[in-house]
Amino acid sequence: MLGKLTWAAIPFDQPIPLVTSIVVVCGILAILALVTVKGWWTYLWREWFASTDHKRIGVMYVALGLVMLIRGFADALMMRGQLALAQGGAPGFLPPEHYDQIFSAHGTIMIFFVAMPFVIGLMNFAVPLQLGVRDVAFPVLNSVSFWLTASGVLLVNLSLFIGEFAKTGWLAYPPLSELAYSPGVGVDYSLWSLQISGLGTLLTGINFTTTILKMRTHGMSYLRMPIFCWTSLAANLLIVAAFPILTATFALLLLDRYVGFHFFTDDLGGNAVMYINLIWCWGHPEVYILILPCFGVFSEVIATFSGKPLFGYHSMVVATMAICVLSFLVWLHHFFTMGASADVNGFFGIMTMIIAVPTGVKVFNWLFTMYGGSIRFTVPIYWTIGFMVTFTLGGMTGVLLSIPPADFVLHNSLFLIAHFHNVIIGGVVFGFMAGYNYWFPKAFGFTLDETLGKAIFWCWFIGFYLAFMPLYMLGLMGATRRMQHYADPSWQPYMIAAFCGAALIFAGIGLTVIQLAWSIRTRERRRDLTGDPWNGRTLEWGTASPPPSWNYAVEPHVHGIDAFWAVKTKNKELHKVAESRYEADHKPHYESIHMPKRSATGFVTAFFAVLLGFGLIWHIWWLVIVAVIACIGVLLRQAWDMDRDLSITAEELEEFDRRHPSLGSQR
Amino acid sequence: MARTARRLLGICCSTLLAASLSGCSAALLDPHGPIGAQEKLILIDSTAIMLAIVIPVIIATLAFAWWYRAGNPRARRLPDWDYSGRIEFVVWAIPALVILFLGGIAWLSSHELDPPKAIESSVTPLDIDVVSLNWKWLFIYPDAGIASVNKLVLPVATPVRFHMTSATVMNSFFIPQLGSQVYTMAGMATKLNLMVDDPGIYRGLSAQFSGEGFSDMTFEVRAVAGQDFEQWLDSARTGGGTLDAAAYETLTQPSVNEAPHTYGTVTGGIFEAILMHPGAAPSAAQIEHSDSAD
Repeated sequence: MLGKLTWAAIPFDQPIPLVTSIVVVCGILAILALVTVKGWWTYLWREWFASTDHKRIGVMYVALGLVMLIRGFADALMMRGQLALAQGGAPGFLPPEHYDQIFSAHGTIMIFFVAMPFVIGLMNFAVPLQLGVRDVAFPVLNSVSFWLTASGVLLVNLSLFIGEFAKTGWLAYPPLSELAYSPGVGVDYSLWSLQISGLGTLLTGINFTTTILKMRTHGMSYLRMPIFCWTSLAANLLIVAAFPILTATFALLLLDRYVGFHFFTDDLGGNAVMYINLIWCWGHPEVYILILPCFGVFSEVIATFSGKPLFGYHSMVVATMAICVLSFLVWLHHFFTMGASADVNGFFGIMTMIIAVPTGVKVFNWLFTMYGGSIRFTVPIYWTIGFMVTFTLGGMTGVLLSIPPADFVLHNSLFLIAHFHNVIIGGVVFGFMAGYNYWFPKAFGFTLDETLGKAIFWCWFIGFYLAFMPLYMLGLMGATRRMQHYADPSWQPYMIAAFCGAALIFAGIGLTVIQLAWSIRTRERRRDLTGDPWNGRTLEWGTASPPPSWNYAVEPHVHGIDAFWAVKTKNKELHKVAESRYEADHKPHYESIHMPKRSATGFVTAFFAVLLGFGLIWHIWWLVIVAVIACIGVLLRQAWDMDRDLSITAEELEEFDRRHPSLGSQR
Repeated sequence: MARTARRLLGICCSTLLAASLSGCSAALLDPHGPIGAQEKLILIDSTAIMLAIVIPVIIATLAFAWWYRAGNPRARRLPDWDYSGRIEFVVWAIPALVILFLGGIAWLSSHELDPPKAIESSVTPLDIDVVSLNWKWLFIYPDAGIASVNKLVLPVATPVRFHMTSATVMNSFFIPQLGSQVYTMAGMATKLNLMVDDPGIYRGLSAQFSGEGFSDMTFEVRAVAGQDFEQWLDSARTGGGTLDAAAYETLTQPSVNEAPHTYGTVTGGIFEAILMHPGAAPSAAQIEHSDSAD
C-alpha cells in the first residue's frame, strides 16, 4: 500500500533533522493558521497562486528563492561548522552519512532552487515590461512553470523529514548514484525533484524565448532591446538547448535504478563516463543560464546610475551571444583528469579561455560606462561595483583552472570550491541583489531601505572574502572538497576563518529579511509615485509602480535604445499635458484589451506532480497511476477551456492612467 | 557598524597575509617531483600574467567609480558618450591577446604534462598497478610480485608508471606534492606518470568523493633511496599473505581506516582480471585466464 514507506523513514534517532522538521512543520502550521484566521486565502488564491500575471509570478519565484536561500545556507553553516571542528581525530558534530546529505542538498538547492528562481524571477518580472508588452507568450504555462519548480522544492524539503537526501554530491555521479552503492531513496528524491522542476524550467525557456522573439512592442527591433532582454534571450535559448539533456540523462539513470538497465553501472557494459559527459553538457551551459541575466542586470544598473547609455551596446550584444554559443563547447573542462588525450584536454582548455574574451569585454564596457558618468551610489551600484571587483578575481581563477595541468592539481580541491563560489556569489547572487533592489520599487511602489541595503552588501562582500579566500589557500595546501574531517591541524585556522565568513554572510541574509520587513512597515514614507524612482532609461520605468496587470494601457512606440530616456529628454516639461505615451502630440487612444484570466491549472498540476514524485520515490504505484491520470486530466481541461480571457474596457484603462500619473502616461 | 566592518576587514587582510607568508607550507607550492614542479610553475606564471590585467582593472573600477561619483565637481561629464571604435578595438584586443598567450601555454603544457606521457630518465621506470576500493587503496608491484594496502613506497629519482582502475565507484588518485591526479574508474584503465625527487613522507588521497568512508581514504607515500626500496621489497616478500582471488574478495568488503599491510606474493593477472570484470571481485579462474592471456 505504501511501497517502501515505513515509520523507519522518519528520522527519530537523528536530532538535527528531527528538530528541524518539528520546527518547520510548526512554522508552516502557524502560517496556515494565521492565513486562515485572517481570511487571506481568497486574496492569496486570486491575486497570487492562480495569477497568470508575469509580475506576480516573478515575485513568487523570488520569494521562493529567498526561502530556499535560508534553507541552503543553513546547510552551508553546518558544513563550515563541521570543518571548523573536525580536525585531527575530532569527529565534529555531523557523521559522514548526514554530512554527505548536507553537501549534496546544499549544491542542489543553491543552484536549482535558489539561483534559478532568483534569475527566472527577475526575468519574469522585468522582461515583458522592458519589451513594452502586456504579458509573456503563454501566461498559463508560466504559472505551470512556477508551480512545478515549487513542487521540486517541496519534494527536496520532504526528504529532510521523510527518508533521506542523496549522499552523492549534487550531480549524482554514477556509479555511486546507482542502486549498488546508493540503495536508499535519497538519490530518487534528488532525481525526481529535479525532473519535475526541470520540466518547469524548460517550459520557462520556451515561454521566454517565444516572448522575446515574437512579442516586442512597436518599433522595438532586436537592436533596440534593453540589454537585459538580450541576456535573458541568451539564457532562455540555453535553457531550451540544455535542459532536455539534463532530463534525458536523469531519465537514463532512473531507468538504471528503477528497471535494472545498465547505462552507467560498473558491470554489464555500463559506462559512467557517458553520464559525466552528458551531465556537464547541461551543467556548463547552466552556469551561463545563471550568470548571463545577471550580466544584464549589471548593465542596466550601471547605465541607469551613471546617467549614461551603456557603453558599447553592440559589443555587449555580440559578447552575450558569443558566450551563449561558446558555453556549449567547454563541458570537458570539468573532468580533465579523466584520462582524455592531450589534444582533447588542450582543445577544451583553450575553448574555456576564449569565453574569458567576451566576458573581459563586458567588464571593460561597464568600466567605460562609468567613465564620464555621474554615479549615484545607491544599493544596486554597490552590488555592481562589488561584482566587478569580485568577479574579475573569480574569472582569473577560472582561467587558471582551464589550463589542464593546473587543473590536474587543483581539480576537486577547495580551490575549485572557492572559484565557483567566487563567480556564483560574486556574479549571480550580487546580480540578483542588484536587480532585487533595483526593481523592487517597480514591483511594489516603494523603495527598499538604503542603509540596511548597504549593510547587507558589506556583510556579503566582506563575508565572501573571509569565507572563500581561506578556501583558495586550503586548495593550494592539498585540501579536497567534500571531506568530512581532516588530519592536518594547520588547516584549522583557515577553516575557522571560513566559518566566520559564512556567519557574516548569514547576518547579511538575516538583514535582508529585516530590510524587507522594515521597508514594508515604513512604506508610506518611501512611496514612489512617479513610477521612475531611479531616473531610469528603459520602458518599465514609464509605467506606474506597481504596474497594472496590463502593464501598458497603450503599447508604446520605440525609436531607439533606452526608449524611455529618449521620451524624457524630448519632453523635459513633465506632468504637463496628457498625451500619447511615447509620442508627443496626441491624447492616447485607449482601446479595450484582453488579458488572461487567472488559472488553477498551474497549482493543480503541481499538486499532482508532488504526489507523482512522492509515489515514484517510495514505489507507491497506485499513487503514481492516480497522479498521472490527474495530471493528464488537468491538461485536457486546460486544452478545452475556451473561457480564458478577461476583457478590460478602454474606460478602465483611462481611469487607471488618470489615477496613477506615472511619467510615461503623462506625456 | 563601521568599526565592526573595519575589524572584520582586518581579520580578512591578516588571513590573506598569513596565507601568503605561509605559502611555502602549501603542498602544491612545495612540490617534490618534476611533474609537480612544472605544474607549480604554470600556476604561478599564469596567475602573474593574469594579475597584470586583473589588478589594473580592479583599480580602474574603483578609481572610475570614485572619480565619477555624482558629487565630484571636478569630474568631466560625458552623459551621451556610448561608443568609441578605438576603445572597442582595445577592449577586444587585450583579453584576446592574453588568451592567445595563455592558450599557447595550455596547449603546450597539456602535451608536455599529459599524465600518460613517460618521464624522461636514464633510470628504468617502475610499474605500479593501483586499485581503488571502498575505502582503501591497493598498490600492486607486478615486477616484484608484491602488493600493499594504503601504503605506497616509491624509490626516489625513478620514473613511476601507474596503471589505475577502480573496484568500485570513481576515485581520483592524488599525491599533491608529486603533481597530477587522475581518476580511477571501474572497467577502465587510466595511466599516470610521476616521479619523486626527495626521500620523505608524503600524503596521498582520493580527490573524488566516493561515499561514506571517503574522508579516510588517504594513504601514506614513503619515498626512499634505491637500496632502501629493494630492502622494503624483500621484507614485503618475506612478510605474509598472498593476494589471490580469496584475499582480494576480502579486500572488496567496505572498510574504513584499514591499517597498511602488504602481501608477499601476488597471483599473476589479478590487476587485468579486476579491470576486465568490473562490478564484482573476479574469480580464481578469471584471474588465471587473464594471466595466461597476458
